[in-house]
Amino acid sequence: MSATGGQAVQLRADFDLIASWVQPGERVLDLGCGDGSLLKRLIEERGAKGYGVELGDAEVLAAIGKGINVIQGNLEQGLAGFDDQTFNHVVLSRTLQTVRHTERILSEMLRVGREAVVSFPNFAYWQNRLAVMGGRMPVSEDLPYEWFDTPNLRFFTLLDFEALCAKMNLVIRERQVLDEAGRLVTEEPNFLGSLAVYRLGR
Amino acid sequence: MTTPGVGIVAAQRASFNEPLVLQGGSVLPAFDLVYETYGTLNAAGSNAILVCHALSGHHHVAGRTADEFGKPAADIGWWDNIVGPGRPLDTDRFFIVGVNNLGGCHGSTGPASPNPATGKPWGADFPVVTVEDWVASQARLADHLGIDAWAAVMGGSLGGMQALQWTLSFPDRIRHALVIAAAPKLSAENIAFNDVARQAILTDPDFHGGHFYEHGVRPVSGLRLARMLGHITYLSDDQMAEKFGRRLRVGAGSYGFDVEFEIESYLRYQGDKFAGVFDANTYLRMTKALDYFDPAQDYEDNLARALARARAKFLIIAFSTDWRFSPDRSREIVHALVHNGQAVAYAEINSAHGHDSFLMDEPHYHAVVDTYLKRVQL
Repeated sequence: MSATGGQAVQLRADFDLIASWVQPGERVLDLGCGDGSLLKRLIEERGAKGYGVELGDAEVLAAIGKGINVIQGNLEQGLAGFDDQTFNHVVLSRTLQTVRHTERILSEMLRVGREAVVSFPNFAYWQNRLAVMGGRMPVSEDLPYEWFDTPNLRFFTLLDFEALCAKMNLVIRERQVLDEAGRLVTEEPNFLGSLAVYRLGR
Repeated sequence: MTTPGVGIVAAQRASFNEPLVLQGGSVLPAFDLVYETYGTLNAAGSNAILVCHALSGHHHVAGRTADEFGKPAADIGWWDNIVGPGRPLDTDRFFIVGVNNLGGCHGSTGPASPNPATGKPWGADFPVVTVEDWVASQARLADHLGIDAWAAVMGGSLGGMQALQWTLSFPDRIRHALVIAAAPKLSAENIAFNDVARQAILTDPDFHGGHFYEHGVRPVSGLRLARMLGHITYLSDDQMAEKFGRRLRVGAGSYGFDVEFEIESYLRYQGDKFAGVFDANTYLRMTKALDYFDPAQDYEDNLARALARARAKFLIIAFSTDWRFSPDRSREIVHALVHNGQAVAYAEINSAHGHDSFLMDEPHYHAVVDTYLKRVQL
């Protein structure tokens, strides 16, 4: 779940957005926190109190090496044990597409936190559409895997996600969309946007 | 382990003459603690790690004592694989202390020690000591060694409970707690196993109500049964299947009750080995300390409230096949700490060795401890 090298530039843009939403002293839970890079930044730059959940042994070890409050666990089993409304923000960065129980994890995020911050690759990004039109599954900065080795289980678009939010009665407080270079996209986001970042509430 | 360990070690003894008021209400007028140390205490006294032992452990954590010729004896320490130069508890950096708990049978004051009131062994009259009592006595040892605050207190199983209790009894004297394969309290099932073990000892005719010393006997058969039962709970079903399966010691079943299956042979060997050296009164008290441990008890069973006064940072570790203190039990501690906004990291290690995993040289497990301790500031 940690970032690969090619995503580095855009990841900073992704993290920039999330960091700007966190106020000093707020509690943040980062689901699928990888090596804890985002949390480390939120703690150091924003004065947040950060916790992470991560499944992978290597990532947990790396996060411990950074001094992160990392809790090893499987998101597919929900967030049992985390008390209601413990966090100001619960972050799921580039991970929703790897989770089988999509609705459950979104519900759980808003059970334990007041706000859910969700980022995911937009399958309807124009380059992805082009790839499929050309007869191949897309491989890009935000979908960096071949179809046979991808950890991604779900392929969806901004419109798909917003339809799910409506179905689940989730309130979209803010949406920011980035292109592959990490620049903000304002026009035609479901076509020009490669990565979407949402703030959700109840 | 490829790196050399701590080499030849020797136990030391500290005597404490200030009375110790125990949780159960009785008072120990004086007591001794036997301990070993590895590495060097720095000038600031800030690099000390206390290693707490579990049910059957003691102060001899690492290295080997000297035999009569000054050569290393065969008695390698019970957690040697994690202590030494370049090992996770790096003796080039840390000063490690292992102690035999009060009520133990490896040199510290315990049921076999003379009762100053009678001159005879305490036996059954030695008080029941709790995890809180152990921590209080260990604090005296810290004073004796010139350690204001431990860099870390660490332990597995019952040892992990002591590390947890340190953060509550002396929040300002422990900076990190490494709580491994532990639980915030025993379940009814855990207590049930302990009580069967105790019944095995208490009903042994050689127990003599705990005063067997003066009869020149030991309740060997009760202690052996207790250990056999305990040992089953330390292993995992998978590991037993892999290590022993249904293999017979000799070709075919004899349709009798002698040792037939390999697992029987193993358990009987473990029981005999333990019963030959361990003190039955100590065993009874260790299991009682386990049963009584419940820091949330005074907080309406709210563990988060109980842990709120801790100021240490925590590393909690559990093992996938541990059914005695399963990962769920460790997660109870983790979630209470998260609830309070306290610092905690939690690793769940894949290991086949059940509860005993905490003693194994499992590379990822040791890497987690090593990585965590490398960040501990001195």
